[in-house]
Amino acid sequence: MADFLQWFTHMENSKVFALVLFFVVFCAILIYLYSSKNRSERLESYKNIPFEDEDHDEYTGSDDKVSKHE
Amino acid sequence: MAHAAASKEQYNYEIIRKFAIMSLVWGILGMSVGVYIALELAYPALNFDIPEITFGRLRPVHTTLVIFGFGGSALFATSYYVVQRTCQTRLFSDGLATFTFWGWQTIIAAGALSYMLGYSQGREYAEFEWPIDILIAVVWIAYLALYVQAIRQRSQPHIYVANWFYLGFILVTAILHIFNNLAMPVGLFTLKSYSAFSGVQDAMTQWWYGHNAVGFFLTAAFLGMMYYFVPKQAGRPVYSYRLSIIHFWALVFLYMWAGAHHLHWTALPDWTSTLAATFSIMLLLPSWGGMINGIMTLSGAWDKLRSDPIMLFMIAALSFYGMSTFEGPLMSLKSVNALSHYTDWTIGHVHSGALGWVALISFGSMYHLIPRLYGTKIYSLKLIYIHFWLATIGIVLYITSMWIAGIGQGLFLRAFDDFGNLKYSFIETVVFLHQPYVWRAIGGMFFVAGVIIMAYNIFRTISQAKREAAELEARIAAKMANA
Repeated sequence: MADFLQWFTHMENSKVFALVLFFVVFCAILIYLYSSKNRSERLESYKNIPFEDEDHDEYTGSDDKVSKHE
Repeated sequence: MAHAAASKEQYNYEIIRKFAIMSLVWGILGMSVGVYIALELAYPALNFDIPEITFGRLRPVHTTLVIFGFGGSALFATSYYVVQRTCQTRLFSDGLATFTFWGWQTIIAAGALSYMLGYSQGREYAEFEWPIDILIAVVWIAYLALYVQAIRQRSQPHIYVANWFYLGFILVTAILHIFNNLAMPVGLFTLKSYSAFSGVQDAMTQWWYGHNAVGFFLTAAFLGMMYYFVPKQAGRPVYSYRLSIIHFWALVFLYMWAGAHHLHWTALPDWTSTLAATFSIMLLLPSWGGMINGIMTLSGAWDKLRSDPIMLFMIAALSFYGMSTFEGPLMSLKSVNALSHYTDWTIGHVHSGALGWVALISFGSMYHLIPRLYGTKIYSLKLIYIHFWLATIGIVLYITSMWIAGIGQGLFLRAFDDFGNLKYSFIETVVFLHQPYVWRAIGGMFFVAGVIIMAYNIFRTISQAKREAAELEARIAAKMANA
């Protein structure tokens, strides 16, 4: 552990390590979000949560009905 | 009012009403102080040689009242509303919620009073002396507990993205506040204290705090507001939920590293400010992704902009969000910063974000929220239109005059003659600044006039709700008497 911490204190190591780590995490998030059709549909269905608690369409008349979870 | 009564059992609306009203009160006070200190800069005679109202003391009063009083109260109100409605659960403790209200109002009032009396720890946007800092930490932990418990008790399997932004804001603000204010009091019965940091580390800590206060208090939290109220007002769900997830993670990750761009060309190591500038440029991507996500929510319903003034507020807010998050990365470049820093360009940039983004999205959300809290319709749509145009004209006057002031000032300060001496004296820059300062104050007056009209509209809306409730009760009583 001490060796790793020592290795990490060198900027030529830590900069590359951080770059690879963060880039991989970012790619993983993108792959998670866009790779599966079923998962995409599930995630997009969450956008309707604010409309699942309707009780006041009358106030401005601007809250059109929105379909529930797909 | 019937709906409000029904919702009263399901949700704690009382706390939201209190925060919403105080948001307007602090807004009018804080923005009026802003106009006054803008006039003091243009006409120094307005200092009247009274220490309590000089620019140096009133400036933190202005920033504290608008950021923490107006913005903070708006965030408490909307976050309590959003978390209850999207989790379909009530805040677990009415008493703790009331404590956050009175605690927060005490903090704002005590802060403003202490600055006028000359007590300030001199840390930007964190001028509160140590006893107030401790109260802030206690109130904030109560806020966190209420919010987390509401999420834990949710009826929904999924936590809606607006709550991610609000929770990110609450968590990060707690960390920023505690670390930035680590200090040793001089004595138990004195307001003064020594910071735990010194020299360049102190500067770094302050701007790690300062920039992330902008990033999380003034950006992430208001994005939470945007992700709930824009879809609700538009009557259609957010354009892309997956984009909102990328927006959240990219924004919270990148913002943390950007603070050192406030310290270019200082004793801070060069690599640190280069790193901060790099992250600032990268921030453009999630910022614009979020802006596009918000604006595209109106896709297919652009006609609402012709008929709905509340939607105008929200879309204008997103446009200013896009503009100021383009300007920020631009100013973080070392070469641009060499001209822009220590000039009024920075002040203009802050206000394009604060007035254009933070205030406009808050106004739009409040116009949506308050009639619902009181179970009535807004008193006047026409007054909302008038408010919108006053606010927009005010912002444009403000930021253009500050661009002229700042860029001009920067050019003056960097001009050399043929012998390598400074071409202009400092007083020449001051003379040059007078005209833009007058225009800036006029812009501020437009903006404050709009907020006063809003307050009148809201006052009439609440009075109307009370009248309707009284009429309803009278009708029911009459019906019962006849039966």
